[in-house]
Amino acid sequence: MDGETCKCSQRFADVDDLGPLQEILERYRGEKGALIPLLQDAQEAYGYLDEKIMRALAKGAGYQLSQLYGVATFYTQFRLQPIGEHLIRVCHGTACHVAGAELISEEIYNILGIRDGETTPDRKFTVETVMCVGACSLSPIMIVDEDTHGKLKPANVRKVLKRYMGESEEREE
Amino acid sequence: MSGNGRTKLVLGYGTCGIAAGAAAVKEALEREVSAGGYDLELDIAGCMGFCFREPIVEVFYPDGRSVVYGDLTPKKVPQLLQAAAAGEVLEEWVVRRSDDPTAGEGDFLANQHRIVLRNCGRLNPESIDEYIARGGYEAARKALTTMTPEEIIDEVSKSGLRGRGGAGFPTGTKWGFARRAKGDQKYLVCNADEGDPGAFMDRSVLEGDPHAVIEGMIIAGYAIGATQGYIYCRAEYPLALKRLDIAIAACRERGFLGEGIFGTDWNFDIKIKKGAGAFVCGEETALIASIEGKRGMPRPRPPFPANEGLWGKPTNINNVETLAAVPWIIAHGGEKYAELGTEKSKGTKVFCLAGKVRRSGLAEVPMGYTLRQVIFDVGGGVREGKEFKAVQLGGPSGGCLPASLLDTPVDYEAITATGAIMGSGGMIVADSSTCMVDLARYFLSFTQAESCGKCVPCRLGTKRMLEILTRICEGEGEPEDLERLEVLAADIKAASLCALGGTAPNPVLTTLKYFRNEYEDHIFHHKCTAGVCPALITVKINRDLCTGCGACAKICPVEAITGEKKEPHSIDPDTCIRCKLCLSRCPEEAIYAE
Repeated sequence: MDGETCKCSQRFADVDDLGPLQEILERYRGEKGALIPLLQDAQEAYGYLDEKIMRALAKGAGYQLSQLYGVATFYTQFRLQPIGEHLIRVCHGTACHVAGAELISEEIYNILGIRDGETTPDRKFTVETVMCVGACSLSPIMIVDEDTHGKLKPANVRKVLKRYMGESEEREE
Repeated sequence: MSGNGRTKLVLGYGTCGIAAGAAAVKEALEREVSAGGYDLELDIAGCMGFCFREPIVEVFYPDGRSVVYGDLTPKKVPQLLQAAAAGEVLEEWVVRRSDDPTAGEGDFLANQHRIVLRNCGRLNPESIDEYIARGGYEAARKALTTMTPEEIIDEVSKSGLRGRGGAGFPTGTKWGFARRAKGDQKYLVCNADEGDPGAFMDRSVLEGDPHAVIEGMIIAGYAIGATQGYIYCRAEYPLALKRLDIAIAACRERGFLGEGIFGTDWNFDIKIKKGAGAFVCGEETALIASIEGKRGMPRPRPPFPANEGLWGKPTNINNVETLAAVPWIIAHGGEKYAELGTEKSKGTKVFCLAGKVRRSGLAEVPMGYTLRQVIFDVGGGVREGKEFKAVQLGGPSGGCLPASLLDTPVDYEAITATGAIMGSGGMIVADSSTCMVDLARYFLSFTQAESCGKCVPCRLGTKRMLEILTRICEGEGEPEDLERLEVLAADIKAASLCALGGTAPNPVLTTLKYFRNEYEDHIFHHKCTAGVCPALITVKINRDLCTGCGACAKICPVEAITGEKKEPHSIDPDTCIRCKLCLSRCPEEAIYAE
């Protein structure tokens, strides 16, 4: 990781650097019921909720660690593990399901060699199943990072993913 | 929209438009307008509802005519600009013409009656001035400066408006409870946690007309006596959240939110709370727990939120669509709204058409329209000449209705009588390629995963139902399974704590009722007639159609397909895992499942 080629190290703060967390704590100081926004902002800053971050957050905001853990594991948005450079979210809403979302997921699993919720060993991709993202008229869809790809067919999944593979390969050269 | 003598181009810029490529079209429009030196105005709007033709642009000519074009790409932009500048119409791209409602897909809109969607796609949602120019905030001003809270509640009661989140509770009555509740502080919450898969009307309203919701909240807050409002919105809707932020900031600047609004001594402000991904938070007591920063689990009622809600204070919770209808009702009068609809279901309802329907998108129709009118007259029927099989209403809490019930009117009581529910308004159309057992299993896997785990009937009951459905889909179903499902369903419905569990069996019960033969096919004949369930199908190649291009063999993950180049290929059924990837790859459509 010494070449700083990994995008995630630029995108997210290091979990040993509690500076960003202090700012987040200040943002919500004194606000009632701010636990969820605290966790959301911490995850946005660090990419995931590391145990170190959770402990510091509990201490700084005056919560029990168990309270934080309870909330963080209840909501699907929160992750306790780091994700890959690119996050692939495959929509499995009803419209996507009847349009064959299962096949889209299968093809992604085939190409990347990982299953739902997993990250590739090279930490390039994490794939997740998500419930409806509300773009049903373009079903089946997947979202890679911030880009939505609609009206997918299993056969063109590889083409879409290649864009993201190529991108990181180029940078490493 | 065009009053200054210039032709204006408005790009649909909601999530669905952007997903379809509107961002690239926007760049091309901006680039080409300045490069070509065109005297054309550019603007954006939310979703107009023509999701099936996104990205779309509407051209407004100075003479008042307008033309909607669809399926745009950056490549088409130069031709579009030339035509717009010359005042010409590109007939072959037309989706809708204001001067010829029969052109293109004009009947999609002509068959609708838009109240909630009155501004969606008609204005720039990031501009408060455009909202005001269309009469925005006049209803709130009228309510706060000329009406008492009781008069407002009366007007809403007269309109017959019922909660559009799904339960259909009369809104005026609900406001009355909160108004009469005793408390030093009251809260108003807008439920924008649109979690039903297949429903996107709330997202479309928030993205396309956020001010309508805020104006509805200002009126509701004043009516019930709440000075603080919350919008609880899904984190999965980043564009809606962004536009709400912009809209709220603009309102504070104009004095529509904050202290002494509209020159009265009334204070009202709104905070946005971002959901964190839990379907159960659409249930009002779970939503309240979530705003308070807890795990979003429902609690028994009473006490109802109207008496003990957020932070233990009287709280009124309304859905996005309900609140967006309120300004129209105050502006035009409750009686005018009640002229539309049936005896007990008044006004209009927005539906999200999706699935195998030809025109997927937003359909707002008067209550009382039949399902057939919505799906066929507005939605254009089923895609690609396939046959209509079922419509799924109300998401995971709803049900699947067959063709024989297509003449059921859209009305809370009439739909409930079928075993489905009106729900939030998702309408997923299924054709002969949809397996109803698989669809029921899909919904159960959703509710099972989303069950918060607090009460046993829901936590374990849905798990048991899912296990049974899964084994039926895998060809391991037992003859007694249908009865087991029915018994479990009855228990779960009767004993669950909240509506998530209470309605979870509906997709199973309705498919058992209307499509029992498909369950029997799976269990007794080991057949999935729709060709969906992997364990019950065989994937085959039609040797007459196969050209031997080898595309299928290349995509097959288990190398089950073999054949000489340019000779018909074949699939080894023992190696085939029936993933059906080859089906989508075949250019000749020679591969089929049966």
